[in-house]
Amino acid sequence: MPFSDDVLARLDADAAQIIARYPRPRSALLPLLHLVQSEEGYVSEDGIAYCAEKFGLTEAEVTAVVSFYTMYKRRPVGDYHVGVCTNTLCAIMGGDQIFAELKDHLGVGNDETTPDGKVQLEHVECNAACDYAPVVMVNWEFFDNQTPESARQLVDDLRAGNQVSPTRGPARLATWREASRILAGFGDGQATDGPQAGPASLVGLELAKEHGWRAPAPEHLSGEADRLAGAGSSAGSGPAGSGVSHADAANPRPGPSLGKESS
Amino acid sequence: MTDTLTPVLTAGWDQPDSFTLDGYKRGGGWQALPKALAMEPDDLITALKNANLRGRGGAGFPTGVKWSFLPQGDGKPHYLVVNADESEPGTCKDIPLMMANPQVLVEGVAITAFAIRAKHAFIYVRGEVLHVVRRLRHAVEEAYAAGYLGQDILGTGFDLDVIVHAGAGAYICGEESALLTSLEGFRGLPRLRPPFPAVAGLYACPTVINNVESIASVPSIVANGADWFAGLGTDKSKGYGIFSLSGHVTTPGQYEAPLGITLRELLDLAGGIRAGHRLKFWTPGGSSTPLLTDQHLDVPLDFESVAAAGSMLGTRALQIFDETTCVVRAVLRWTEFYEHESCGKCTPCREGTFWMVKVLERLEHGRGTEEDLEKLLDICDNILGRAFCALGDGAVSPIVSGIQYFRDEFMQHQKEGGCPFDPAASTLFGGR
Repeated sequence: MPFSDDVLARLDADAAQIIARYPRPRSALLPLLHLVQSEEGYVSEDGIAYCAEKFGLTEAEVTAVVSFYTMYKRRPVGDYHVGVCTNTLCAIMGGDQIFAELKDHLGVGNDETTPDGKVQLEHVECNAACDYAPVVMVNWEFFDNQTPESARQLVDDLRAGNQVSPTRGPARLATWREASRILAGFGDGQATDGPQAGPASLVGLELAKEHGWRAPAPEHLSGEADRLAGAGSSAGSGPAGSGVSHADAANPRPGPSLGKESS
Repeated sequence: MTDTLTPVLTAGWDQPDSFTLDGYKRGGGWQALPKALAMEPDDLITALKNANLRGRGGAGFPTGVKWSFLPQGDGKPHYLVVNADESEPGTCKDIPLMMANPQVLVEGVAITAFAIRAKHAFIYVRGEVLHVVRRLRHAVEEAYAAGYLGQDILGTGFDLDVIVHAGAGAYICGEESALLTSLEGFRGLPRLRPPFPAVAGLYACPTVINNVESIASVPSIVANGADWFAGLGTDKSKGYGIFSLSGHVTTPGQYEAPLGITLRELLDLAGGIRAGHRLKFWTPGGSSTPLLTDQHLDVPLDFESVAAAGSMLGTRALQIFDETTCVVRAVLRWTEFYEHESCGKCTPCREGTFWMVKVLERLEHGRGTEEDLEKLLDICDNILGRAFCALGDGAVSPIVSGIQYFRDEFMQHQKEGGCPFDPAASTLFGGR
C-alpha cells in the first residue's frame, strides 16, 4: 500500500534535509534507504518506489542498490534484530555455540523472526569488537563477552519487554526502526549516554599508566612552531592529545619549525 | 629508549568525557588546527612526508605522498574521505577510537582538508555500529558549534563541511574505490585504476581517502613535529600504532605502541596465552594477512619485517588461536566470509571463493584428499594477482598459509573421517 499523505509529508521533509547535505543528490540514496527502512521496518516496494522517484531513477536501479547491502531487509524485521558474530574469531570463542543455541531456543532459523514479531535472528560478520568476543549485536548495539546463557537471557528479556542495555551504548536500547533512523542521519539525543570505552579498550592504557610508560615529549614545545600557532601554553604538557603531563617537557629544547625540516 | 607502550590516540580514553569537545581539549586537543591553519598547505604535506606516516588501514602507503598526488590549481573541487568502514575480520581499533575520541579524528579531518584544499569531507562509517555513528555526529556538531568546522574557520577564511555517512553492510566498501562508488549512491563495486582517486575519485574529482587511524594521527604530528613522530618506530616504519589483541589471550584489548614491537612482548603485556594452553597460529593484521605461528613470536611488527616473514602488517589485528583450534575450521570460516563478501564483479574472486568453500567443507568433514589441497592451491594461484581488487588476494592468504604450516592437519581430517578437534574446548566458556 503506498504511503499515506501524512507519512509522505514526514518522509519528504526528512529526505529534503538528507539530500541537502550532499554535493550531489544521489549520494543520499543509502541514507534515504535507511530512512524508508525506519518507516516500515524494512525496505518495501513502496520504499523503493519512493526513493526512485526522489532521484529520477528506475525502481530496478534502486533495487540493484538495495540488494547489494546486507543491512537493508526486504522482509519485515521484528522490533529487535539480534546478530550473532560467527566470523572465525568469535565463532571459535563461542559464537557458533551461541548461534546454535539461540536458533534452538527461539525455534527460528537464520534470518527468521519469532512468531511474536519481536526478534529476528541472524548470523553476522566481524563487527570490529574482537577483543570482546564472543559478540552479539542487537539493533547494531554492542553486547560484549556473551555466553549461551547470557544470550538466551538477552532474547528472553527482549521478547518479554524487559529493559536491556548494551555493554557499550546508551542505557535505552533503540528499536530497529529507531536505529534505522539514526543511520539515515538523525540524532536520538543519546550520543553522550553510555561509557566512553569498554574495559578491553583500556587495558593497554592502564598498563602504561601503571608502569609510567608514555609517548616521548616533543622537543620543540617552545620553538618557532608554537609561536606560529600561538599555542605556547602547551609547554609543560605531553604530546597533544595525550592528556598526560611530562616532567621532561618542563625543559624543552627549541627545535626546527614544523614543515621546514628535512628528514 | 622509547617506552614499551606509548599511548597517544588512546591516552584520554579513560576519561569519562573523552568523546566530548571539552574532554578532548583538556587533554591538549584542538591545538594542532590553529597551528596548521597558520602554515602553507604545501608545508603541511611536506611535514606529513617527513614524518613518514604510513597508511594505518593495512596497505601502508605513505600518507603525505598520497596527499601530494592531488593536482593543485586544477579548478575542480577536492574531497577528503575517511575510510571508517572497519570490517576486516580481527580488526577492532578504529571503532573504539571513534567511540572514545571522535574529536581527534575530526581535528585530523580539518587539518587534512586544509592541506589538500578540500571544502567537503566525508566520514564513511560502517552502519553496523550505531553508537559510533551517534558519537561521530555529536563530535562533528560540537566542532561546528566551536567554530572548528563550517565557514571561515577560526577567522582564516577556510571553509569546511564534514558529513558523517553511514554504510549499509558490505565488506567490499572498505576497499577505497568501492567505498567511493558506494558514497556516490551505487552498488559498492571497485573501480579500475588508474585513474587513482587522487586524480579521479569521488564524483571524478581529486580525492584523498585515508583510514581513521591515519587521519587521527595527523594532529599529533602537527602539534609535536614530524621529527617527534619519525623518532618512534623502526627505520622504515615510523611512529606508533594501535595493536589489537583478541582470541585466546589472557587479557585481550588495545595496546598502543611504537611499530616494531613483537608478539612476544605484546603477549607478555597481555598475560600470555590463556592459562594451560599454547600459541598455535595468529594473524598479524586481520584475516587477509597470511597466518603466522609460534616460530614468528620475535618478528618485529613493522611493515618490512612482517613482509620478510611471509605475511603483512595489515591493520595490526592480532587474532590469537591456541592448540585447541582447528585450523581447517578457521580457514573455512574465513573463506565463507570472502565468498559472501565477494562483490561478484570479477570472475576469479566470485567463482574462486565459491569453489574454495566447497573444497574446504569437504576437507573439514574428512572427505577431502591430498589432491584437494593441490586444487585449492591451484585456485589460489588463479586468484592472487588476477582479481580486480585486494579482496581476492586477501581470500587466498589464510588458505595458502594454512596449508603451508598445517598440511598434516588437513590430512588428519581425512584419516579420522572428520574434524579431530572439539569445538567446545576452544570457547571462552569452556563448552559443555
